[in-house]
Amino acid sequence: MTRRVLITGVAGQLAGRVARALEERDDVVEIVGIDVRDPQVDLHRTQFVRADVRNPLVGRILEVSRIDTVLHLSTSSTPGAAGGRARMKEINVIGAMQLLAACQQAPDLRRFVLKSSTAVYGSEHTDPASFREDAAARTPPKHGFGKDASEVEGYVRAFGRRRKDVDVTILRFANLLGPRVDGAFQSLFTLPVVPTILGFDPRLQFCHEEDAVAVLAEAATGGHPGIFNVAGEGVLYLSQCVRLAGRVPAPVPLPFAAGVASALRRARRADITSDQLRFLQYGRVVDTDRLRDVFGYTPRYSTREVFEDFLRRRRLRQVAPSEEVTRWEQELASFLRRKGQERFLAREEGR
Amino acid sequence: MMSSAESQAEIISLSEARDARSGARPRCAARTATGQRCRNYATEEGLCRVHNVQGAQDRVVAEAPPAAGSDAPPSDAPPSGSGVPSTGPDATSGPSDPSPASPGAKGAPDDPDTSTNEDQEPIGSAGSSTAEKDAEAPGPGGAATAADAAVGSAAADAVADLAQRAATRLAAEAQRRGWQPPVDAFGALGEVDAAALTDGLTRATGFLRRRLTGDYDIDAFGFDDDLTTNLLMPLVRPLHRYYWRVSSRGEHHLPAEGGALVVANHAGTLPADAIITRLDIFEHTGRHARELGADLVFRTPVIGELARKTGATLASGDDADRLLAAGEMVAVWPEGYKGLGKSWRDRYKLQRFGRGGFVSTALRAQAPIVPTAIVGSEEIWPLVYDLRIVAKALGLPYFPIVAQMFAVPVFGPLALLPLPSKWIIEYGEPIDTTPYGPDAADDPMVVFDLADQVRERIQDMLHRNLLGRRSIFL
Repeated sequence: MTRRVLITGVAGQLAGRVARALEERDDVVEIVGIDVRDPQVDLHRTQFVRADVRNPLVGRILEVSRIDTVLHLSTSSTPGAAGGRARMKEINVIGAMQLLAACQQAPDLRRFVLKSSTAVYGSEHTDPASFREDAAARTPPKHGFGKDASEVEGYVRAFGRRRKDVDVTILRFANLLGPRVDGAFQSLFTLPVVPTILGFDPRLQFCHEEDAVAVLAEAATGGHPGIFNVAGEGVLYLSQCVRLAGRVPAPVPLPFAAGVASALRRARRADITSDQLRFLQYGRVVDTDRLRDVFGYTPRYSTREVFEDFLRRRRLRQVAPSEEVTRWEQELASFLRRKGQERFLAREEGR
Repeated sequence: MMSSAESQAEIISLSEARDARSGARPRCAARTATGQRCRNYATEEGLCRVHNVQGAQDRVVAEAPPAAGSDAPPSDAPPSGSGVPSTGPDATSGPSDPSPASPGAKGAPDDPDTSTNEDQEPIGSAGSSTAEKDAEAPGPGGAATAADAAVGSAAADAVADLAQRAATRLAAEAQRRGWQPPVDAFGALGEVDAAALTDGLTRATGFLRRRLTGDYDIDAFGFDDDLTTNLLMPLVRPLHRYYWRVSSRGEHHLPAEGGALVVANHAGTLPADAIITRLDIFEHTGRHARELGADLVFRTPVIGELARKTGATLASGDDADRLLAAGEMVAVWPEGYKGLGKSWRDRYKLQRFGRGGFVSTALRAQAPIVPTAIVGSEEIWPLVYDLRIVAKALGLPYFPIVAQMFAVPVFGPLALLPLPSKWIIEYGEPIDTTPYGPDAADDPMVVFDLADQVRERIQDMLHRNLLGRRSIFL
């Protein structure tokens, strides 16, 4: 059956690659991409429309092109890139509201896919060890991107209730790391030392951008209504990430963490908001069983593989690369062995 | 000096090694009946007055005692013993009595000569001193007549037999009580197998490399197996083995595989019993018991992370269900803060078990419940008073005044260390939840009934062990 897809936020790397992936498929006959900036990825048969998602033009496109699938990928988690916190909130929340209002009237719409984030679960010390999809309602985050994302999800769910003929798929992605995708977390590793919070070691999960693209393309073309967590298998501690990257951690006591974060923001070195500080304290792990069993997709990259790929592709300079450490270990071991034997022989002689 | 072959079998005393190293006064080279070195100072020829007088040149051991003992044929009493003339009883006395000393031709004990030898015996060998007296009888001048030899050997038989029995008794007692013979720590280091040493060092450097390069695996709950088994457990082991001297009972009740819920009593102001029980379970079954902790633990900066890395997780129904469903052993302390903050008056009285949530968890997962009683944890920090006002102000569940705090003005902060009570951990017979079915988790009657049953069992085991223990510290 033919599909006509509308992709919002197509200027981003991820959305551009999703558009390319959909272009490969034969059953997708029409792809329309909307964004205020030019696409970074070369698009072939995707029609690019330069418009803000809040523009009523969107409603016209939905009607004229008989769009039956909408992929809403324009949520931004980096206020720096978006141009400030207020603007990010506007893009995320107001933009979603407008889009949904336009979708409400679209007669041919059958599928709505939302790129959400695991930030909707928040990070608290009372959290369960790993979040299942039904756990989001417990303590919704009160600030920052997590709050935006949970608001947007709320609107989308309400939309799904109003338009029962539309299949709504909400995909909650863990931190996206990849050679091209630039998430909020990555800025931490561009600094010479990695700032951490003293006494806390968060558990982290990552999702590779290729897996993200595959899941989004599959959600657009297959029929998988519902909410799904998307993340690679396995968990890494932040201390482990720092060591894998061969960097030095800079633990900051909790009372000073907010100050350090805002200083980094002002210096434009790293984009860490106050809600992300909570994340750096406690971390977050989500359960991906539903993705595997119900959605039917198994991520190809585990969390560790995602991170190592990220390090490799970005060619982040390592202070103490692992090969050197291994060499030190071998040298130390052989030195100790020699010394032990010398000492033993000396004792034997002395008798 | 001794040959290396002998040194490996020999246990020399610290004082002797010290003397030998520092070139101080040499000690007598003879051996007593039980094989210990004579610790008198040597006069000339390397022997002390006693052994010199007795013509003990023959008894000086040039070769190793076992070798000497095996060399000598049973009923041989060579007139001039070059090495070790030993009669039958001596040869059969075995390793516990490697006495090269021959009872000699003259069977009569020579009290004045040998009385000084008694002082040199190690404390525990009181039983063998009489035998030694007789055994050290001058004899081996060797110029004994045949008749004397016959009489002497008969008496020597009896005496050596006595010596052997005494030594065996001593060895058995030593084994039972875990006495170690005096070991020269410095000498022992040299004798440690180089391979074992380098093996240990290689493992340590391997661990360090894995840490520095991040090459270890974490499970979804944050459990770091590498760190726990290779670093944290060895740090706690001395506490478990030497300080609190934990002895366990009923460890066969811990299932070797599959989900199980270990329920124990909680005490001691700080949850040291959780750490020690975890180590105890690991020592006996090799399984890592996943503890359920209160949320205060996970809010605290360093403790929270350590707890998570050793496998603990929040005491919420979700996590426990998931762990049990995955076949892990879960350990829970239902008394919670009420148990920890118990005053000395209420020691070993089990507090309420809350709503019995642990029973619902076990029923849902159909896992057996292993009731566990820990005796000794109440006395580590005996809580004398609880300053509730301060606790509320600080947001803590209790603010304890422990007995050791009164000793702080005298001993300083060291007084705040936990008291070294003797611990006994008893694992009771597991309670099977399969007869009730998983739906019974929602049935409050079943849940309360089972919770009461578990509580009674634990209280029972506590009483039994309390009655049976000798004292708090021994």
